[in-house]
Amino acid sequence: MEIFLQQIINGLVQGSVYALVALGYTMVYGILGLINFAHGEVVMAGAMLALSALTAMIGWGAPPLLALPVSLLFAMAGCMLLGFGIERIAYRPLRHAPRLAPLITAIGVSIVLQNLAMMIWGREYHAFPQLISNHPHQIYGAIINDIQIIIVIMALLIMAALMGVVHRTRLGRSMRAVAENQHAAQLMGVDVNRVISITFMLGSALAAVAGLMVSANYGIAHYYMGFLLGLKAFTAAVLGGIGNLRGAMLGGLLLGLIESLGAGYIGDMTGGFMGSQYQDVFAFFVLIAVLVFRPSGLLGERLAERA
Amino acid sequence: MKKLKFSKQHVLFSVLFVSVMLLPFATDALLGRGWVRIVDFAMLYIMLALGLNIVVGYAGLLDLGYIAFFAVGAYCYALTGSPHLALAFPLLFPDGLHLSFWIVLPLAALLAGGFGALLGAPTLRLRGDYLAIVTLGFGEIIRIFMNNLNAPINLTNGPQGISRIDPVSVAGVALNTTQQVFGIELPSVHLYFYLFLSFTALVVFVSRRLEKSRIGRAWMAIREDEIAASAMGINTRNLKLLAFAMGAAFGGVSGTLFAGFQGFVSPESFSLMESVMVLCMVVLGGMGNIYGVILGGLLLALLPEVLRHSVVPLQQALFGRIVIDPESLRMLLFGTALIAVMLYRPAGLWPSGVRRRELESDEVAP
Repeated sequence: MEIFLQQIINGLVQGSVYALVALGYTMVYGILGLINFAHGEVVMAGAMLALSALTAMIGWGAPPLLALPVSLLFAMAGCMLLGFGIERIAYRPLRHAPRLAPLITAIGVSIVLQNLAMMIWGREYHAFPQLISNHPHQIYGAIINDIQIIIVIMALLIMAALMGVVHRTRLGRSMRAVAENQHAAQLMGVDVNRVISITFMLGSALAAVAGLMVSANYGIAHYYMGFLLGLKAFTAAVLGGIGNLRGAMLGGLLLGLIESLGAGYIGDMTGGFMGSQYQDVFAFFVLIAVLVFRPSGLLGERLAERA
Repeated sequence: MKKLKFSKQHVLFSVLFVSVMLLPFATDALLGRGWVRIVDFAMLYIMLALGLNIVVGYAGLLDLGYIAFFAVGAYCYALTGSPHLALAFPLLFPDGLHLSFWIVLPLAALLAGGFGALLGAPTLRLRGDYLAIVTLGFGEIIRIFMNNLNAPINLTNGPQGISRIDPVSVAGVALNTTQQVFGIELPSVHLYFYLFLSFTALVVFVSRRLEKSRIGRAWMAIREDEIAASAMGINTRNLKLLAFAMGAAFGGVSGTLFAGFQGFVSPESFSLMESVMVLCMVVLGGMGNIYGVILGGLLLALLPEVLRHSVVPLQQALFGRIVIDPESLRMLLFGTALIAVMLYRPAGLWPSGVRRRELESDEVAP
């Protein structure tokens, strides 16, 4: 029972990170109908930028409670710039090109970012400084620490704020309008290019938060951390129904749970034949299963017809 | 007596043929034996790129996990052509299986093609970008399995990989030895070069015939407009599946050749970056044009070696130390090239005629 509860907690923590990243995929997809393949690298950039800022500020003797929010803001600003740039360079000129073209430029961007990060930060794993106490709390035998509690609460707050922006502000209304019909929105006086840029920047800011969370939770950051995370977050977005904000959150949390329960019990289920090293396989099987049985995702509209 | 007529094309073809046949000797004399090996690998990459060209170039399906099929082929021969199976099933195969390469080859092609069909069946009816992600995931999955299938039964030997794979033998002659033909000494790398050359020629031949065939034309129709194609009575699902399986089978064939040539396989050789590299060859060279793809394969397979031999000494001379390591510089160049080609030359360096026409007409259309 304790193990079960522990896996649930781990799954929720990991799932909230997936949800934040999945929101970035789903927002861009909702508006442009394009998979922003380079999004995972933005998460990595966020983690690395935050880490650098944090190390620098600690070096100057700043108190951790000041350094943490400032470096988070720094990473968010950096990622927003990055997201803006990616859209401008790799996606905007190809908006009316065949589908394959932006996907290929996205792979290009992803490779460039990864290798730039490797040149700047090196190949090694960077240890994330211990700033918040990770004092463990016992809940019915399962353990959750402060960082994990902060991650879950922060993720929930950010998602609520995002929903507020999308559903209650003028900007959100124009975002929804562009998603519905770009041409009509333009005729109604919505600056489509501006809305698309802002969407990319919002998604990238969320990615920066997620990046900081992942590296704080695991205590490490690495130039290659974005790839698998991005792939899984994309799976989460598809699971929830890509293009749907609530779907991305639900998909993220569900995928986190599936993964952690799967990794925890696969050994017992297969009689020890497969162990937790197969954890990364689950996301992929979930993706295939969703695509076969419910391609529109749990909360999505029927997407398969929009071929 | 009928006078022999040589057209310009014939002359060009014979010159090309002779120079390709002499290529390993020229490379050996000018650059050294190591470069012949590099040229051999370039041939393998060209084969892979031609296989992927069927999927991406003809049918317009983006496959980001193509290297997985290469891996399937390679592991097929690695398992059945090495002493390794003795470790997994000591009672059944006390010395390993040691099947002949020529038996494994069609089986590996079949298996890889089967994997392709298995993967394609659920995803091909969906939109193209889903396929890209699923194939990417599949590539990673295959690698994870190969890394971990060393317990409880040691099937793949995990990250250490499988070594001591039998060399390919042609008509009883093992290609890992130096042979004397008419007094000319042919080292192993030269022999493999001719083997790979004949396989590449075969792949080129098949690709060319496919391109002009009913199937090839149907693929291109699907690539251009799927709805219109299916309205014309083309069974789009089956044909896409066929393209996918056929591309995968070509990947499997190159994989077996790779295993036989290298004598050693490990999961490291089948990373995502390899898939991306093969994709780069197809995209940069010119999707859908065989000669463009060959050009792309040749350029991208040789470029890293050239970089390795020029960047490091150059930096040593300029800065006295290595500022940028050649590997990341290569990847950086690849990434930038992918973006630049898509933005400025979307049809590639040497595009196919159809593709060029269609892109030009696109620019005219509002």
